[in-house]
Amino acid sequence: MAESHPQSLLDALRPRLAAVPGLDAAALEAEQIAVLGRKSGALTALLRSLATLAPEEKRAVGAAANELRQAFEAAFEARASALASDSAGAKAAGLDLTMPGRRRWVGAEHPVTRVVDEICEIFHGLGFNRAVGPEAETEWMNFGALNFPADHPAMDMHDTFYLDVGGDARPGDGKAVLLRTHTSPVQIRTMMAGPPPYRVVIPGVVYRKDPFDPSHAPVFAQIEGLAVDEGISFVDLKGTLLHFARQFFSPSTTVRFRPSFFPFTEPSAEMDVSCFLCQGSGCSACKGTGWMEILGCGMVHPTVLEHCKVDPERFTGFAFGMGPQRIAMLRYGIPDIRLLYEGDMRFLGQLGRAG
Amino acid sequence: MNISRRWLEGFLRRPLDPADVAARLAALGATVDAIEPLHPGLEQVVVALVREVRPHPNADRLRLCDVDDGSGTPRSVVCGAPNVTARCKYPFAPVGATLPGGLTLERRKIRGEVSEGMLCSARELGLGQEHDGILELTTDAAPGTPFLKAMPIADERLVVDVTPNRPDLLGHKGVARELAYSFGTTYRLPAVPGSDGPSMPSPVRAGSEGVTGGVRVAIEDAEGCPRFLGAVLRGVTVGPSPEWLRARVESAGMRSISNVVDATNCVMLELNQPMHAYDVSRLEGHAVIARRARAGERLTTLDGAERTLAESMTVIADGTSVIGVAGVMGGAHSEVGPATTDLFLECAYFEPRRVRATRKALNLSSEASYRFERGVDRWNGPEVLRRAVEIIQATAGGALDGEPIDLQPQVAHPPRIFLRPARVAQVLGVDVPWDAIERYLVAIGATVVSKPEDGRIAVDVPGWRPDLLAEIDLIEEVARLHGYDNFPTELRPFRVGELPSALSEELDAAIRRGLVAEGLYEVQSLPLGPEDGPGAVRLLNPLSAEEGYLRTRLLPGLVRRVEGNWAAHTRDVRLFELGTTFRLGRPGEPPAEERRVAGVVTGAREPAHWSGAGKAPDADPWDLRSLFEAAAALAHPGATVQVDGGEWVAIAKGGLEVGRAGPLNGDAPPWAGLLLGFELLIDGAPRSVSGFKPLPGTPAAARDLSLLVPAGLAAADLGEAIRKAGGKLVESVDVLDEYRGAGVPAGHRGLAFRLRYRAPDRTLRDQEVDASVTKVLKVLREQHGIELRAS
Repeated sequence: MAESHPQSLLDALRPRLAAVPGLDAAALEAEQIAVLGRKSGALTALLRSLATLAPEEKRAVGAAANELRQAFEAAFEARASALASDSAGAKAAGLDLTMPGRRRWVGAEHPVTRVVDEICEIFHGLGFNRAVGPEAETEWMNFGALNFPADHPAMDMHDTFYLDVGGDARPGDGKAVLLRTHTSPVQIRTMMAGPPPYRVVIPGVVYRKDPFDPSHAPVFAQIEGLAVDEGISFVDLKGTLLHFARQFFSPSTTVRFRPSFFPFTEPSAEMDVSCFLCQGSGCSACKGTGWMEILGCGMVHPTVLEHCKVDPERFTGFAFGMGPQRIAMLRYGIPDIRLLYEGDMRFLGQLGRAG
Repeated sequence: MNISRRWLEGFLRRPLDPADVAARLAALGATVDAIEPLHPGLEQVVVALVREVRPHPNADRLRLCDVDDGSGTPRSVVCGAPNVTARCKYPFAPVGATLPGGLTLERRKIRGEVSEGMLCSARELGLGQEHDGILELTTDAAPGTPFLKAMPIADERLVVDVTPNRPDLLGHKGVARELAYSFGTTYRLPAVPGSDGPSMPSPVRAGSEGVTGGVRVAIEDAEGCPRFLGAVLRGVTVGPSPEWLRARVESAGMRSISNVVDATNCVMLELNQPMHAYDVSRLEGHAVIARRARAGERLTTLDGAERTLAESMTVIADGTSVIGVAGVMGGAHSEVGPATTDLFLECAYFEPRRVRATRKALNLSSEASYRFERGVDRWNGPEVLRRAVEIIQATAGGALDGEPIDLQPQVAHPPRIFLRPARVAQVLGVDVPWDAIERYLVAIGATVVSKPEDGRIAVDVPGWRPDLLAEIDLIEEVARLHGYDNFPTELRPFRVGELPSALSEELDAAIRRGLVAEGLYEVQSLPLGPEDGPGAVRLLNPLSAEEGYLRTRLLPGLVRRVEGNWAAHTRDVRLFELGTTFRLGRPGEPPAEERRVAGVVTGAREPAHWSGAGKAPDADPWDLRSLFEAAAALAHPGATVQVDGGEWVAIAKGGLEVGRAGPLNGDAPPWAGLLLGFELLIDGAPRSVSGFKPLPGTPAAARDLSLLVPAGLAAADLGEAIRKAGGKLVESVDVLDEYRGAGVPAGHRGLAFRLRYRAPDRTLRDQEVDASVTKVLKVLREQHGIELRAS
């Protein structure tokens, strides 16, 4: 075969560039191999042969050859993508796009978990960290340390499950082992662990000997909070809890505080929030009062601080507690607490997507 | 506590609106749970004037009445009451009215004469049992005036939720005291109808023994009974209570029994002091003694039950036997009855804990025990006794025999508490002016005995507030009367807590996120159930036998949740639970608690789609294995999943089994899928951070090997052998396919593996990879007798 001059080879290839946009898929592939194929492509061979040319010629032909290679590459790519989209479009033309898409199983956290997390996060923003403790406690931790007088009617507010753990302790002697009736023993554990300041939220499960009915369960969730430092007062309690209520319910929420009684706080209060369903105008959820009872709170009783070796003359603080189940029921309009325990896929699926 | 609106009006001498009263009490700390109208069904009854009475033409015992009911139209009413009299007023139920008994009146003919309504008796209005005739009204109210407006019987019962620290609110006087502060007014005991005022002389004080009216009174158990007042009334006539007394005890929800018993109950409901009246003629040896019970002593209480007493109990006895359980219930034998003429009145202070212990031991609660447990006013006995004597004399007659006796073996005084205004400011966050503090303390009945000195004041608390024992109790009273809503609500600067957040909470959250990503729903079930394994902790007082133990495992509870879903015809169930399990620890000590996670799946692996003809394959053990591995990586990082019998186990470093996964048994309907589940212990240790590994910058080369594998050789072992033989360049060995069937000899299976090779620093040449594959095949052939499968 006569040695072709590189320049004439280039000239011969150039017209084929213009034909690329008209090629079909098979012809395109053949042309790609014929021009740019690694082994036998015409332009590939030409580029390889450049090394044998004299410097001036190499410069002139080399530049032109590289330019042509880039032009071919771009043309092939453009044609390939045009062919691909043509084919997709053709397929799409035959699809019924109203048909349902393919789904997969989507899981969800329990609605009460979500409420607990949301509440804890709001308090986290106010400097409260999470603390937890055991669910089985001694009587002293659950009652005595929290200033429940032994054998006092205040105990009647807490119907208690006692455990058979052997030994000779008996209900009423302080050493008997029970299922905690509130998360308050974790307040004691927190304060026993080191000096103030304390700022904790305590999520957990608590037990009361109440049979199941639409609004009671023998085991339920609770969140308590504790803040103890120098200079903490009733004003801080009110300010902190109002901030929480506005974050959790709505920025326009109002609150009211009513005197109440808990052995471990004094003064003690119940906090009501303006009904978030009727905005205070009265509805069935708030029994027409415009208010919803949401949490109990108060200033930590000096005796409780003393039991934890915290000087009540120097340190003061507040504590609060609420029931996430009740809040979840109010928020989602759940009529019966038992639904929260039954693990019904339909229920969990419905609320898995609730806000 | 049931509070009557009308009774309160008697204390406060002003009209009260029950809703307003409820709001005021709530602001002061006593929630009103309900407002119940008494005498419902009388709204349509009006006052009517009978203008004329004529005989009924067709019946001897009936009359025709011409009635003015205020409507302007004279009504013709047939009346059978013998006492109907012209120009008198009676309650009238017009046509259309429904009476408390449920009777709705219609216009009808009685023996040929039209009757347009009914003139009512007290019984027909639910106001008593008297049925002698219609109720004649003494009122100036014009005809047509609503009956409830004209007559002083309309009332509402306020059901007050009294916290255990406020026994004073268990009497109308205590509630009136709170309201008097709220209204800025005064209160006093209502006058007793038919009485000229209290006339009882002051009781004679004595130590532990004395005599009144010929009855010897003694305290032998001063611990259980620190104070005892007694009086003897002779010549009383026991009978039904007058209307006002009956209305009072019934308004509070108690049953009217007799004038004497109602009088003692009335006093209890007013002043929160339970009393007891004994029939003097039944007192053996003319004695009333507060003492300990003797072992085995018996008493038939007022409820008719015979009870065996213990030495730990305080009782009231006469000269020979027990006549009452102190503070709990009296005995039947000395009960006041219609034949009683002479009374011994008891007004005592019984020690709250003793009463509580006795009540619990006897399983016998009463209005009295409820009040003594919470603490009655130890210093109010004389007022109570005076009030009781006044009401009894006004309703049953009788005269005091001698002076009442007041036994106190040891005289005590209400506590004196020192209050520092500076401490008030420290706790409440604002300065409360001194004069305001004094005003609040006076309002609750305390006596401020000194002006501020050394930064503190001395306060004598009232006897009806046994909850006031220390300075903080007075600070609460200051806050309460100041009004909680009158304190500022400020988010003041604070120091953050120094304790880090509990690690277990963070671990729980991460595990939850991971299992939600696996498409599982979280459940929260009861940690109580039947005994589910060794070391299960038994409840001493369970709600039921089915919930008699704490769980040692989560899976049994989850299986019950799956069964519940099956019962609701749900086939595809995917659940997990994070929770605490319990196991017996050392004797007498709290059980050991573990944090665990468990999951169950059954039914379709993925939601059915039309592209699969509406069918999706069921989850099988391989779905479980990947779920278990994912959960194990979250719950117990570093644990390896191994085969154990027909199940998988997770083995932690150190060899401890920390989890298990496999098929489960449940009460499955025939259409249910395979039930699969796992349970893992959660490692509570901090998780180590896994750092960044550079992404490969060189390409990988893959080779697939299709092998003929004899039975008994595990894929995992084979994979490990391949990896070992393949050398350092092998990046991964994965099972691609398993094949049994045509072309595979019996006792064998076809297993295909994909080997990926990579060198971190260069592109591998084909020859290197091929050499490794050759070596792998040689090792497989020589050491395991495995050949490539002919394709």
